[in-house]
Amino acid sequence: MAEYEKILLKNMEQPRYTGSLADYEHAGGYQALRKVLGKVEPAAVTEMVKKSGLRGRGGAGFPTGVKWGFLPKNRDATYLCCNADESEPGTFKDRQLMERDPHQMLEGIVIACYAIGAEIAYIYIRGEFALGTAIVERALAEARAAGYVGRNILGTGVTVDVWVHRGAGAYICGEETALLESIEGKRGLPRVKPPFPATHGLYGKPTVVNNVETLANLPHIVNRGPEWFASIGSPPKSTGTRIFCVSGHVQRPGNYEVPMGITFRELIFEHAGGMRSDKKLKAIIPGGASAAFFTDQHLDVKLDFESVAQAGSMLGSGGVTVMEEGTSMVWAALRLMEFFYHESCGKCSPCREGSSWLVQTLRRIVAGGGRWEDLDTLTDLCQNIGGRTVCAFGDALIAPVVSTIKHWRHEYEELIQEAEAKRVSPLEAAILAH
Amino acid sequence: MLSEKYKDEIADILSRYPVRRSALLPLLNLAQREEGYVSETAMKEIAGILRLTPPQVYEVVTFYTMLHLKPIGKFHIQICKSLMCALVGSDQLLEWLHRLLGIKPGETTPDRLFTLSTVECLASCGTGPMMQINDDYYERLTEQKVGQILADLRREGTSPLKSGPFMLPEAVRGHPLHSRSNGSPG
Repeated sequence: MAEYEKILLKNMEQPRYTGSLADYEHAGGYQALRKVLGKVEPAAVTEMVKKSGLRGRGGAGFPTGVKWGFLPKNRDATYLCCNADESEPGTFKDRQLMERDPHQMLEGIVIACYAIGAEIAYIYIRGEFALGTAIVERALAEARAAGYVGRNILGTGVTVDVWVHRGAGAYICGEETALLESIEGKRGLPRVKPPFPATHGLYGKPTVVNNVETLANLPHIVNRGPEWFASIGSPPKSTGTRIFCVSGHVQRPGNYEVPMGITFRELIFEHAGGMRSDKKLKAIIPGGASAAFFTDQHLDVKLDFESVAQAGSMLGSGGVTVMEEGTSMVWAALRLMEFFYHESCGKCSPCREGSSWLVQTLRRIVAGGGRWEDLDTLTDLCQNIGGRTVCAFGDALIAPVVSTIKHWRHEYEELIQEAEAKRVSPLEAAILAH
Repeated sequence: MLSEKYKDEIADILSRYPVRRSALLPLLNLAQREEGYVSETAMKEIAGILRLTPPQVYEVVTFYTMLHLKPIGKFHIQICKSLMCALVGSDQLLEWLHRLLGIKPGETTPDRLFTLSTVECLASCGTGPMMQINDDYYERLTEQKVGQILADLRREGTSPLKSGPFMLPEAVRGHPLHSRSNGSPG
């Protein structure tokens, strides 16, 4: 099996590494912050991040430095929000980054704040992560006491206050404008864009929202240079490593940090140990629940932004779910649709009503009550949700249905055929009643 | 009254935000920690502290699934039922709990010790089937492990089987689910 240098998981994979400040400093932690604060112009840090090619690790994959560059030139208050609301089904990397090496993320947060001129950062952690919250709070207390966070950091005159803001159970708060609404003490309903958070974000002020893994990369980019980072993965557009979260029917589920550009075959059969039994691989969800399903024909697709997009899905949040022969794809689509139906915030009718219809239709088919017209109903519903909502949730929720109908239409047809065969016509019913 | 008992904590929370309303989720969290749910009295008090109307507080409470408007059991068992956990046996986990506790999702045991809920993804997809009980995660569950956890909770109020700081993969050898068929009906 090919071995790759780990960047983000390196510290935590050392024996006896606890993630404490002492351990992190011993491993070279907070050197990047010392290198940058008061010594490198903030604009030069942004340039460095642009040059590295770093793209957002939360799902959308937007270039981080470019996002920072959208902030208006003249601004008073600026905010950074660290998106730690990890809730995309199939994804469990930020949890590990926070619980095992919280200072790596904190150092990234302070560097980002310095680059964009933010004096306050909020870490929005999903409410269910009680342990993660406690660990991050403890790390924050250590960092404050050591002068890495707070007023006049390391005597440079730079101030960055960092606070943890806990969510309370809502997938949609991982959408960046819903996250801002949630920090403002409101229901987490995504905002209409434009305006974008860069100009009108938290409290109407210029704001940057970055994912945990994105921010955790920053100290390494500073320490080893943007050219080094840009040489990893599939340059020029997919640089660096990704932590892929492998779940489902594999031998060794888990978080694997590899350079972008390795194939699904390598990730699944070498790193994750292959299938858990002698059943063959049937389907892959390549990038979290919002990504269209792949089949075994896609095993040689490369895990980078462009290749996965070109093959008709998205790299998304890095959640790779593997399903074996024998798994019903209609059932899988239903389970995901139940998720989306539960998590739709209700703001836009196509998503709110559409997800409900989709769940009811899929339930009927799976329960053996499907009708021939259901296939058209599903397709029609999907066509009227995608692109018609305020946020990307609408596009996400149709992906499992559209892609399973595309690749496994016969499974829908078989279930419906069976149900139709058992169905008694009104005429037959009338005859039977006599 | 929250404002008397948690005077310092509330002041500390308010100091973190330039706008008072931002303290709403933290204060609701505090209220739930105190009473086990968010009572009408608490909502009114929080509205007063943040200079909001009670409906502004109520509309937020109803949006977030972790906030409860009614008292629940001492131990809130939440089972992840999303696809990734379903692939490795979350439906079976639900059956085990039904057998052990005699309750279905949405119900509470007569002794008011356990409330059972199904929830969507808890970011534990590589370690299913799993459940969260109050603040703690319990992962890679087997029927035997679930029985042990419930017994621990009854006796001690906590269980050593809860997850620590997350790391995967680590010693996964002998994971019992690797030799079991999946939970899907197809």
